[in-house]
Amino acid sequence: MQSDKLGFKEGLTDGIPIGLGYLSVSFSFGIAAVSQGLPWLTATIISMTNLTSAGQVAGLSIIAAAGTLLEMALAQLIINMRYALMSLSLSQKLDSSFTAPHRFLAAFGITDEIFAVASGKPKEVTPKYMYGLILLPFLCWSAGTLLGGIAGSILPETLCSALGIAIYGMFIAIFVPPARKSMGVLVTVAISAGMSCCLRYIPLFSHVSSGFSIIICTLAAAAAGATFFPRKEADAQ
Amino acid sequence: MTVQLLAYIGVMAGVTYLVRMLPFVIFRKKIKSRFVKDFLYYVPYAVLGAMTIPAVLYSTGSIISAAAGLLAAVLLAFKDKGLLAVAAAACIAAFAVEMIMKYCI
Repeated sequence: MQSDKLGFKEGLTDGIPIGLGYLSVSFSFGIAAVSQGLPWLTATIISMTNLTSAGQVAGLSIIAAAGTLLEMALAQLIINMRYALMSLSLSQKLDSSFTAPHRFLAAFGITDEIFAVASGKPKEVTPKYMYGLILLPFLCWSAGTLLGGIAGSILPETLCSALGIAIYGMFIAIFVPPARKSMGVLVTVAISAGMSCCLRYIPLFSHVSSGFSIIICTLAAAAAGATFFPRKEADAQ
Repeated sequence: MTVQLLAYIGVMAGVTYLVRMLPFVIFRKKIKSRFVKDFLYYVPYAVLGAMTIPAVLYSTGSIISAAAGLLAAVLLAFKDKGLLAVAAAACIAAFAVEMIMKYCI
């Protein structure tokens, strides 16, 4: 019984590619924060308490421009609203051992990538698995920011930039196999990716932030998938 | 750190945590609606599609090396390889192309 459930070790293993991807992103966040005049310690504290890329980068610019706290709250709410969708989605596949205290704690670690990996698991998610999955990405995100902030530049630029694609490689490994097998997943991904390109390249939409773009594409594509490709009763368990 | 800086960080971290935590803690029951279930089933794939395309093309030093990494990742993912293998292949392909562009062209 116990061995059938997702454990801490499996979470830790699944967290390795996420952590590797986070290292290079948080490293560049550390550099950006220091270049905007924040102490490296402050940059590291931001990473340890927020654990999100787009929101932190937006937060940096608000701090640098001495914006209001209300502006900060609204920006974080809009940019990170996608996490509410992810939390809601993930809350549906939690193991019964996921009691309230575990939910309060594990909720802190829900990021795009951690959500994607956890929801890609065929089994129900346990607290142990989530903590394992969150640990390395959290450490890498914090350590990367620290290193970036202190050293400015440690790795040769070519190596640093090649590591930047790691996260996307992981995304592709998650959505390509199911998209091959399910027309609904394929169409959902295609609609979402197509809309994302439109929002990025059509000048009319240039003011739409990347966080908000993800919200719009997600809502529209997932609604289209659910409307035109409802799953069979047996698959929807 | 100044009080002002602490206030900024507090608001940032607080709002971000609440956005993650409230839906995670409040929804204790399994959802019954077919549409909502299917919608939530498709959410991760929609998020990944929007986050990957076209951002992946700007994730390395040049669009060309990123395209090589993307191609390598799609090929391996098509063969059902694991996360780490696909991510590593994308990095290696992108790095190789950047080296070629730097030293051979």
